[in-house]
Amino acid sequence: MSGKLSEKTVRETVITAIGEMVGDNDLRMIAGLLAGVYLLCIALGLLAGFPIGGIVNTLRAVTVFAAGYGMLVLALNLHWGYTGLFNIGVAGFMAIGTYVTAILSSPPTMMPGPGLGLPVPIAILGGMVATAIAGLLTALPALKMRADYLAIVTVALSEIIRLSIKSQSLAEFTLAGRTLGTGGGRGIRYPAPGSIGGAVTETVPGMATLAEAAAAVGINTPVFTGLIYMFILVATVAIFYSIIVRIGSSPFGRVLKAIREDELVASSLGKNTSIYKLKIFAFGCALMGLGGYLWLGRSGFVNDLSFRPNITFFIFIALIIGGAGSNTGSILGGIMFSSLLFYVPQFVSQNFSGNASPPGSFAAAIDGAIVPYIITNIGPLRFVGIGVLLIYLIQRRPDGILGHRKEDAAAVNLGERPQSQSRVNKEKSS
Amino acid sequence: MSQQTLTLSENTTTETPLRVESLRKEFGGITAVADTSFAVEKGSLTGLIGPNGAGKSTTFNCITGVYTPTAGRVYFDDTDITTDSPHEIAQQGLVRTFQIARELSEMTVMENMMLSPKHQQGESLLRSVLPGLREAVIKQEEKNRERVWEMLEFFEIDHLAGEYAGNLSGGQAKLLEMARALMTDPEVVLLDEPLAGVNPTLEQKLLDRIHTLCDEGYTFLLVEHDMNIIMNHCERIIVMHQGQVLADGDADAIRENERVIDAYLGDPV
Amino acid sequence: MGVAERVWQGRGRISDRLGTILIAVMILILIGDVLSQLLTGVIAVPYVASIIIEGIVVGLAYGLAGIGLSMTYSILSFANFAHGDTITVGAFSGWSVAYAIGGIGSTSFGSLFLLNATPGISIVTSFWVVILGLISAAVITVAVSLAVDRLVYHPIRDAEGISLLIASIGVALTFRYLIAFFYGTSVRGITDPASKVGLFSVNGQIGVGVIRPNQQLAQLTSTDALPAFLELTSTAGPSEVILSMTLHAVVLVVVASLLMLGVHLLLQQTKLGKAMRAMADNKSLAQVSGIPTERIIRMTWIIGGALTGMAGFLIVLNSGTTNFNFGWRLLLYIFASVILGGIGSIYGAIAGGLIIGLVNSIAIIWLPSGLTKVAAFAVLIIVLLVRPEGLFGGVTTA
Repeated sequence: MSGKLSEKTVRETVITAIGEMVGDNDLRMIAGLLAGVYLLCIALGLLAGFPIGGIVNTLRAVTVFAAGYGMLVLALNLHWGYTGLFNIGVAGFMAIGTYVTAILSSPPTMMPGPGLGLPVPIAILGGMVATAIAGLLTALPALKMRADYLAIVTVALSEIIRLSIKSQSLAEFTLAGRTLGTGGGRGIRYPAPGSIGGAVTETVPGMATLAEAAAAVGINTPVFTGLIYMFILVATVAIFYSIIVRIGSSPFGRVLKAIREDELVASSLGKNTSIYKLKIFAFGCALMGLGGYLWLGRSGFVNDLSFRPNITFFIFIALIIGGAGSNTGSILGGIMFSSLLFYVPQFVSQNFSGNASPPGSFAAAIDGAIVPYIITNIGPLRFVGIGVLLIYLIQRRPDGILGHRKEDAAAVNLGERPQSQSRVNKEKSS
Repeated sequence: MSQQTLTLSENTTTETPLRVESLRKEFGGITAVADTSFAVEKGSLTGLIGPNGAGKSTTFNCITGVYTPTAGRVYFDDTDITTDSPHEIAQQGLVRTFQIARELSEMTVMENMMLSPKHQQGESLLRSVLPGLREAVIKQEEKNRERVWEMLEFFEIDHLAGEYAGNLSGGQAKLLEMARALMTDPEVVLLDEPLAGVNPTLEQKLLDRIHTLCDEGYTFLLVEHDMNIIMNHCERIIVMHQGQVLADGDADAIRENERVIDAYLGDPV
Repeated sequence: MGVAERVWQGRGRISDRLGTILIAVMILILIGDVLSQLLTGVIAVPYVASIIIEGIVVGLAYGLAGIGLSMTYSILSFANFAHGDTITVGAFSGWSVAYAIGGIGSTSFGSLFLLNATPGISIVTSFWVVILGLISAAVITVAVSLAVDRLVYHPIRDAEGISLLIASIGVALTFRYLIAFFYGTSVRGITDPASKVGLFSVNGQIGVGVIRPNQQLAQLTSTDALPAFLELTSTAGPSEVILSMTLHAVVLVVVASLLMLGVHLLLQQTKLGKAMRAMADNKSLAQVSGIPTERIIRMTWIIGGALTGMAGFLIVLNSGTTNFNFGWRLLLYIFASVILGGIGSIYGAIAGGLIIGLVNSIAIIWLPSGLTKVAAFAVLIIVLLVRPEGLFGGVTTA
């Protein structure tokens, strides 16, 4: 490949990439669903009496949530939807990416969790590489394991990672003369990726005026800078979406699907299935690491509680809702799950509980105050609903929204057919 | 089917591209294959027959790397492939079909076929994504697509190109199985009962094509239970029984062989 | 998965035997280290004894809970991720009943049933209440398991293992958060502390005896203050506990052992056992041979549910506290036990449970306390790599 990418190539690439996305209904589906969710949030915000700033902030929060989920569901789709690798250790890989990036970018004076103070982009790269290596180490021995054993290994690994993070012994240690640390149970502090919003407002020309204009309308500075980060996050997801769509629509993606279907057949056709599994596992894990940092780690602080196994299961559910195997489905599932099943109920519970003092326990609630009890305790009920939804999906709609769609894994349209002479002759003679 | 669909490498010069020597495969206490030796001649259609349990599938699996033999050696083009893995063996040019068709059911017929061609640039992660390199991938995909259409037309399943392979009938799935194997442009093809459920006209057409390919230097080892096909088309027949080679010769020799007749217990041969 | 794949996937396992040898060597080194630490006085005998006993008690609980998981794994062919929360169901249902009965008259039924009050239960003060609770735990868990099977697993009986696994995750969430909804999420004390039985050194005498929860050996002037004491020998050492178990732990060990023996007899001596082994081996063949597979599946849930529910009840009896996700947190250990022992084997579940329990508690000799749990998971991963069929795997003992 020749040295620098010329401007023309860059322009062509962007146009082709967008073309791939806008070509079908897919982008319209995603936009449509997002619009629906926004309308719902606006309606709820108005009902709750929020000012404009509050409503904008709600939309911002929902979008960030959806973008974070979208990224992780896309990564899990690569593992499971395409290749059939049942990875329930997503939370663990997210933790590795976040913590390594944190330790690399955190200044040596930071407490808790001192680090190397490297520039953030390098730290991000380091985090992704570390997670990819972790993925390789996990996948290597698991190559010959059956699917449910891989599931158990990945969840065990995820727990080992979480416990190691929590452990006091790793809270602070010395490596090659430098003091580093995970912070143990207290968690780790590091430069927040979310703070880039503030940096952009201060440095990019015109942004400061825009910020003032927004403040005048009621969107104050923290929300404004938060919006900037939101756009950056969405852009990142969009980039990964187009990369992954390319991977899926290619011979590489085709081999992945074949591995999921019947690994022996793929092998018997000459494909070195182990290499494919390793590559995609490492790549997907790197993406999970990045997603962990940009989404769960956006505030500049995480601890072991940020990465509990529940997160993995939620991402799985979002993938099943959207349709395993479909990239657009992954995004749709991510949006649906994060906003409708997570954010909205939480929102309702926080803003519509009304009652002065809801009963403290179910026993007390039996004497007439059941509804306030339910609203304040919607948390557990939400998970019950998620559990029931999962059972329903597996029983009745295992393909989710888009899983049944024929998405040919090829770089060209496989339906196109050359007009061969023999066919023309056949048509003439019939 | 155009001449360009399959091209045989000019490097092969051995007279017996496939050789099995003293092959032995034990599972726990059971010996499925015991001291089996044979050599398949280049450009031949050789039959491999025997009653159920004779060890034919096990032999296939040992040759193609699915099993590691307990003892003995397998040679492909004079190269020892005994311990090679299935994908290495397929890459070298030895491909097989499965007795029970293993179509990739959640993928379309076209996708199934597009897997087969060798040296696909798009099978690299980087090349499928990066601009410039992806253009080359697209070009190669277009070429492969053309060749796939030709193959599908020849096998008369082109009208099913966009179908999920899981929706095919038994016979159609077997055709896909064989088409997919041939699409890898192999040197030696092991066919495990490829014609079960295929209509007689198409069956004849396929056998004719196999003969033409044999003339061009391709080698076929065919497991079949239909004795007519074996007797009328195979220039040489290997008979296995209880894990061993019982007889090895042309159709007349096998027909008159007492032990073969005994093994089949009076089956019309 | 056909024979072809199983053998093909086993092609690269020359490392198996090497792995087993390495593990054996490591175990010998560790045992040697413990002995040397004991001899040089770095650690004391009572300490080692106490962690070994704890390991055995916890291990038996894992084993008891693991039998049900092993059975569902081998007969229903899927990894039941709801098993941990089933343990929680057993614990909460059993103790609610125990409270409701044991605390009759003291406060409202609602408070008792939802474990909000403290009727002061321990094995000594309310023996029959505890027994009643134990039986209720079994009965209720069986009912719940059968209902879930009917609603969730039966409609997708022939689906792939992964689909059933995912469905079981749904069941797990439902169980866990229904309990959280009704009972709240805080940790609550359940039982009063119980007396201990063991080997003590009191005032120059060493013997077996019982000590009440509020008694301190160092403060005792004579062994008469103890509810029971049988002298074995005399000593010049200080008054201390050499090794002991709480009576609750004793109950756990006794009940678990009896149940395991019962299950073993049930499955070895009866047609049910044979039928189960047949189904575990080859389900379609069993069906064709006329084995009533749905009935066997029902029995699997009944036996498994009863054992699991009782395991949950006993674990809480022993530990004295509970909260809504304690079963979920045990899930991986139980998976580790079952896989280590070999899926489908009762002996395996018990042996695996004991090993995991011991690893978990003994690891404290070498690892900092935050990392002991890692040891058990590491064992699980190593087993899956080196010998995925487990210790008794491939041998389908009942």
